[in-house]
Amino acid sequence: MNDAPSPTSLERADKLQGMGCKRKRVEDVRFTQGKGNYVDDIKLPGMLHGDFHRSSHGHARIVKIDTSKAKALPGVVAVLTAEDLKGVNLAWMPTLAGDVQMVLADGKVLFQNQEVAFVVATDRYIAADAADLVEVEYEALPVLVDPFKAMDADAPILREDIKDKKDGAHGPRNHPNHIFNWTVGDKELTDAAFAKAEVATRDLLSYQRVHPCPLETCQCVVSFNKITGDLTIYGTFQAPHVIRTVVALISSIPEQKIHVISPDIGGGFGNKVGAYPGYICAAVASIVTGVPVKWVEDRIENLSTTSFARDYHMTTEIAATQDGRVTGLRVHILADHGAFDACADPSKWPAGFSNIVTGSYDFPVAHLSVDGVYTNKAPGGVAYRCSFRVTEVAYAIERAMDIMAQKLKLDPVDFRIRNFIKREQFPYQSALGWEYDSGDYHTAMQKALEATNYRALREEQKAKQEAFRRGETRELMGIGVSFFTEIVGAGPSKNCDILGIAMFDSCEIRIHPTGKGVARMGTKSQGQGHETTWAQIIATEIGIPADDILVEEGNTDTAPYGLGTYGSRSTPVAGAAIAMASRKIKAKAQMIAAFMLEVHEGDLEWDVDRFRVKGNPESFKTMSQIAWAAYNKVPPGMEPGLEAVSYYDPPNMTYPFGAYICVMDIDVDTGVHNVRRFYALDDCGTRINPMIIEGQVHGGCTEGYAIAMGQEIAYDESGNVKGASLMDFFLPTAVETPHWETDYTVTPSPHHPIGAKGVGESPNVGSVPCFTNAVNDAFKFLGSTHIAMPHDAYRTWLAAEKLGLHA
Amino acid sequence: MSLTNVSMTINGKPMSAAVEPRTLLIHYLRENLNLTGSHIGCDTTHCGACTVDVDGKSVKSCTMFAVQAQGSDVLTIEGMAAPDGKLHALQEGFREMHGLQCGYCTPGMIVRAHRLLQENPNPTESEIRIGISGNLCRCTGYQNIVKAIQYAAAKLNGLEFKEAAE
Repeated sequence: MNDAPSPTSLERADKLQGMGCKRKRVEDVRFTQGKGNYVDDIKLPGMLHGDFHRSSHGHARIVKIDTSKAKALPGVVAVLTAEDLKGVNLAWMPTLAGDVQMVLADGKVLFQNQEVAFVVATDRYIAADAADLVEVEYEALPVLVDPFKAMDADAPILREDIKDKKDGAHGPRNHPNHIFNWTVGDKELTDAAFAKAEVATRDLLSYQRVHPCPLETCQCVVSFNKITGDLTIYGTFQAPHVIRTVVALISSIPEQKIHVISPDIGGGFGNKVGAYPGYICAAVASIVTGVPVKWVEDRIENLSTTSFARDYHMTTEIAATQDGRVTGLRVHILADHGAFDACADPSKWPAGFSNIVTGSYDFPVAHLSVDGVYTNKAPGGVAYRCSFRVTEVAYAIERAMDIMAQKLKLDPVDFRIRNFIKREQFPYQSALGWEYDSGDYHTAMQKALEATNYRALREEQKAKQEAFRRGETRELMGIGVSFFTEIVGAGPSKNCDILGIAMFDSCEIRIHPTGKGVARMGTKSQGQGHETTWAQIIATEIGIPADDILVEEGNTDTAPYGLGTYGSRSTPVAGAAIAMASRKIKAKAQMIAAFMLEVHEGDLEWDVDRFRVKGNPESFKTMSQIAWAAYNKVPPGMEPGLEAVSYYDPPNMTYPFGAYICVMDIDVDTGVHNVRRFYALDDCGTRINPMIIEGQVHGGCTEGYAIAMGQEIAYDESGNVKGASLMDFFLPTAVETPHWETDYTVTPSPHHPIGAKGVGESPNVGSVPCFTNAVNDAFKFLGSTHIAMPHDAYRTWLAAEKLGLHA
Repeated sequence: MSLTNVSMTINGKPMSAAVEPRTLLIHYLRENLNLTGSHIGCDTTHCGACTVDVDGKSVKSCTMFAVQAQGSDVLTIEGMAAPDGKLHALQEGFREMHGLQCGYCTPGMIVRAHRLLQENPNPTESEIRIGISGNLCRCTGYQNIVKAIQYAAAKLNGLEFKEAAE
């Protein structure tokens, strides 16, 4: 006998590296050595390279396309135009939003840099040369870039293909440039609340067009095997199974012969959810040529064609009593969807979950109406690090709450606290139809106030304002507050699907005879660290060390069907599937253990990594022992093996929330700002890996900082996209990026098997209104009510100029 | 287009390939030599994902022709670990401090940080931030990258890294 004391339950639990510990990332071993495997690293024998000739116009009719010079260039194998794609019925493709989109320009172009011809050549340099040699004759058409003019009587008609169609995918259209109208809430009751409101505000709050801009662009390698008819697609796909089904639906290739593989992905942030013309063209080119074809977009193509985010123009009205209680919310959103409605939302939600616009506040009545319109801009409308359209409306409500507080002469924190949904109101039915699962807003806000010494900050600000008025300083101090509630984890099959496929997610776990295992998932990490965190859930659930679990994602041949990773859905949906699959394994393990120990199952209890006999802790079987037995000594009548699959259909969404506070100094003469402090408190329910959570918050806040303080994909009147390279599109460096302070409270989700809610996107949702509120807060004592994003130095200087501060 | 034979020392080994005069160093490394650790993120010299070390200077290899590096001594991410496979202090630091997420900027970031620490073995936080400002990261918000570099600096100086209090 060994005299050393056997490890305690606590010691054994530590060794598992399960939930709650700061487990170091498995992925980093390869990434820090340059051994990641990204799409552009893939090289197949005989592989050709594709490149696009793109439209120079925002709106024009195509008179003639001449590909002869391009085709004559040595090394060019093929040049595809819409006419070629018509032969395989792929000149147009369906979008996720129920619209259709040109794969290659068919008769006209609708936005600048639209795909016109696809050149295939033996190397990427020749392909680029040949793309330049394609000659297109255009007849310019009037350009529409202002969404507010889209439905004017004399507006140019953009989508001639559907100009007479009275009904779109989401109901009636009342103008050829109108896509849909979507309304939620009780209009009569809401109008009545406004009619008798003691105080009301009404502001147009615009969230500018931006782009997720992951460091790796969208790309693919497609290989068609003419002998077997198999199509293999390697690509930067956040949702590989959805891509497989889409390809099966639009081609004549049966789904079992389509193999979609997402290797390592260099960031996604929503950019890599959709299907883009590059994928279709590369697939067609591979089918035509019989050899693999690679398509890699460059940064300008990425920023100007493969999706966009936001471009929501939200007229936001709040009704309130004099003593600061909200009595109604009325919002109209004009949504600029660009040339095709390719928004990546669940099918029944043309404006995403924008009816979360009531936020963290107890609005007795509310009404929301959204009109989507076409313009001569790139299609997309992806959820850039947020659940569907949640960031937009979180900005609207958080900005509007500040404006109302200002009107009521209340501190923005006090006004928020007065209107918070109270802890005892959860589960809470919102006026716009959601059931918030859990929350404790007052506690979170209180913790944030104490951590930042908020009241003292306000005193300091007051003193600075007086000094400014006396001319002793040219610096203004702004304190930004936001308290967001997100809605993530799409979603329950009762209301969420993509192309008819319910938005469940899945996990398959196989435990091998030696007690090690593999977990295969329907999700796909793009930097979130799933290989690390998923194993932590399994470790805690079934007592096998996280290091002994291999997590695999992104291969549709081996992974169970899943809807992918976006909208902070991986932890709420797939995380639950992992727990449920683990529990199936544990249940079988318990039967095997009972058989081994010759006791009744009910006589056993779970202890970290083993089943032991109640009252006799020395009599036990570890999971490792049970795994071995599962392959050689199962109870009579039981099938051997130890594996399980779970397809998890969540009963509800999850509702993470947080309190963010920003302290900013602004020089009124230059418009230059300095973020002195940024505090982010997140409540994402149960925390799986605090290190990764903090990393997600740092990253999301940095994206939010970029959006609020400078990012914009702008178009001029002629439809030219301005600044679609990193020369102009603001990505903060380490110098501009503020220091992030993170904090948390834990309010588990009551319906999630492990209580987790998801965190990846909260910081983007919460930080944008926090930054913009800080800028606005700095100027409001001078009579300013709303300064629009993005707050680059010039615009901030301009705001100061308009207030007469440079006189 | 005619091909030119371009030779250089990469990660201590002589290497050569015949390429067009217009071939960029990043494509020479990735396409001709299969050194795919260095990445392409922007094509316009902004993002730094393609950063390698050429004759003791950090270079964005998307903005240098391979022929310009003829005869040079080049270090890429693949050459950071010791020949016996032991990871460099920076590689260790990035993992310990959670200095990466998607991993796409990481090779360029590590190679850049390596040169920074050669130039300034004891940088302040501000010097690190300025020193890596030619390298963009979309995931981490830089805070843990700074810590990773501080970790490596301490280790290379034979000191124990004490994480700054939050």
